[in-house]
Amino acid sequence: MDSTVLTSLTDGAVGPDLEKAPTGISGLDQITGGGMPRGRVTLVAGSAGAGKTLLGLNFLVAGARQYGERGVLMTFEESAAKVALNVRSLGFDIDELVRTDQLAVLAFQVDASEIVPAGDFDFEPIFAILDDAISRVGAKRVVLDTIEVIFGAFGNDAIVRSELIRLVRWLDERGVTVILTGERGNEGGSLTRHGIEEYVTDCVIVLDHRVNAEISTRRLRVVKYRGSAHGTNEYPFLISAHGFTVLPITSVALDYAASEERVSTGIARLDHMLGGGMFRGSTLMVSGTAGTGKTSLGASVAHSACARGERALMVLLEESPDQVLRNMRSLGLDLRPWVEMGLLRIWAARPSAFGLETHLAILAGLVEEEKPSVAVLDGVTSLSNGNLTTEVVSSVARQIDLLKSRGITSVITAPGAGEDVNAVSVSAMVDTWLQLRNIEANGERNRLLFVLKSRGTAHSNQVREFVITDHGVELVDVYIGAAGVLAGSARVTQLAAERDEDLRISDDLAGRRRELNRSVIEREAHLVALQDQLDAERTEMQRIDLRAGHQVADTRADRSEMAARRWADDAKNNGEPQ
Amino acid sequence: MTEPHPASDGTDADTGEQWDLVVYVTNASPKGQRAIENLKRACEEHLPGRYKIEIVDVLQNPRRAAADNILAAPTVVRRFPSPIRKLVGDLSDSDRLLLGLELRPSGS
Repeated sequence: MDSTVLTSLTDGAVGPDLEKAPTGISGLDQITGGGMPRGRVTLVAGSAGAGKTLLGLNFLVAGARQYGERGVLMTFEESAAKVALNVRSLGFDIDELVRTDQLAVLAFQVDASEIVPAGDFDFEPIFAILDDAISRVGAKRVVLDTIEVIFGAFGNDAIVRSELIRLVRWLDERGVTVILTGERGNEGGSLTRHGIEEYVTDCVIVLDHRVNAEISTRRLRVVKYRGSAHGTNEYPFLISAHGFTVLPITSVALDYAASEERVSTGIARLDHMLGGGMFRGSTLMVSGTAGTGKTSLGASVAHSACARGERALMVLLEESPDQVLRNMRSLGLDLRPWVEMGLLRIWAARPSAFGLETHLAILAGLVEEEKPSVAVLDGVTSLSNGNLTTEVVSSVARQIDLLKSRGITSVITAPGAGEDVNAVSVSAMVDTWLQLRNIEANGERNRLLFVLKSRGTAHSNQVREFVITDHGVELVDVYIGAAGVLAGSARVTQLAAERDEDLRISDDLAGRRRELNRSVIEREAHLVALQDQLDAERTEMQRIDLRAGHQVADTRADRSEMAARRWADDAKNNGEPQ
Repeated sequence: MTEPHPASDGTDADTGEQWDLVVYVTNASPKGQRAIENLKRACEEHLPGRYKIEIVDVLQNPRRAAADNILAAPTVVRRFPSPIRKLVGDLSDSDRLLLGLELRPSGS
């Protein structure tokens, strides 16, 4: 459902006439289709500590630094020094901007106990002070943080209300882009304690900070944005050393560039199974129970990236870097040289040490610093202490999104026995899902690897045995036969038996062939003898025929001679009968 | 220097010190003019010769107003005697004016 809303957003449903002032908070600019309505007043409502001030400051700092729009901050809650101090830890140097007149900070304390109401008044000084500051720095942006404190302090809220309305109108006419912050009201219906959302008609954003199952999540929602399409969901956001970041859920960036390039996993046969490797920028999830070799697979991908000279990042949530370095070296994956060369950054922390936002912020920071081409997130779901809540799934989604949006090829390992519901909900966001499964037979456990899905790839649907050797990770064909899937020593035994059988059969055949050969030679000899006999008999027969002819002629000649000697008549008429 | 104790002293007006008052107005506004008049009248009555009123036009001097933490006008600030008191409004309510500046014995 996110995707439909946001797809329509990115399709340019945003009104073309409405000019926007970018906040520099990328996720927020994405949701609002470009930022705050330019020249208008936006209300940012939220409870104490929800991040209203920071959003406003981010808007001002980004305006001054990135968009050449100077700003004025009028704060009613903190002293100027305190404001500067608070935001310095977030990477904003307000003092520098103030020194260079890119930002004016006006701080007011409103202390109701100090003020004695005594008749009719107005807020003309606010107008005059703002007007002066805007003119002095040439401001295009103004933040009033939290102007609501003036309610109740001056004794007559009817005047405060009408003056506030006048101020909003005046700011609208002044042509500056304004963010007003408002304290979230607890009473039903109203977004702010004093209902100031009624005067701000252009854009209203609500910030929320809630804690669920000891995991805190900050969320942002654009309640109203006149004249502009906007994402209507609640979007998680975080406050980190890099300022304010809104994280639209994955689908915002369904326009990731899809690379055709293949990246090796470092395991040749796995590459082959995936049709040549992972697509660059794609996400591979490896799930499996403890000890199935998920980390080894991840390490192999990182190792192979470093071997290609690319930068890699490993985020470990279950083991320390030293532990992993040692374990991987024993598998022939020596990652230490890459760490020393600065190609590989390994970062580890216990997931329970901080919340999901912080984790995400740290990841964002690491990605920013290292600019890796490959990232391995080992044990992402262990953030949840075992149970995958929707917060965790959404956090994992955002981590995947973060990596994808930067075109980082990533491997995510997740403990889990099977295709459980939550693993599946994460799996919708990954491109390739490998599952490692232990099978136990004949007193040993063996690892099997399945490719459960692989987008855009004619992948092998066959199971392979995943063998961890002292020279890395290998995939071996498993034996699939009448006895079922065999792996490990059962596979080896089976293969040996098959080899024996083959040998036996070939021996038999050779014997039989020899036998036949002998027989053939014998019969051929026999054939020669017979032929000889046949020839002899034929010759004899010819000889006999020849001799018989001679004998008849001789007899006749003898008879004629005898007749002549007896002076007999012609033998024809006399001697021989016709 | 004795520290004034308005509650116990009865009246601040008796201490004999020079009062230091600032009134912030937007020059043209009738509210501002009213406030100045009302303030002067009260001072003449309760602090004759012992007060000083500075008038600041916030339109002319917005930075002064910002530095002095002034949001509304008219505003009267009692800078001395301490503690600092701040009255907001045209001072048309004379009871509030006297009470707010502690110009009147708290008992009466």
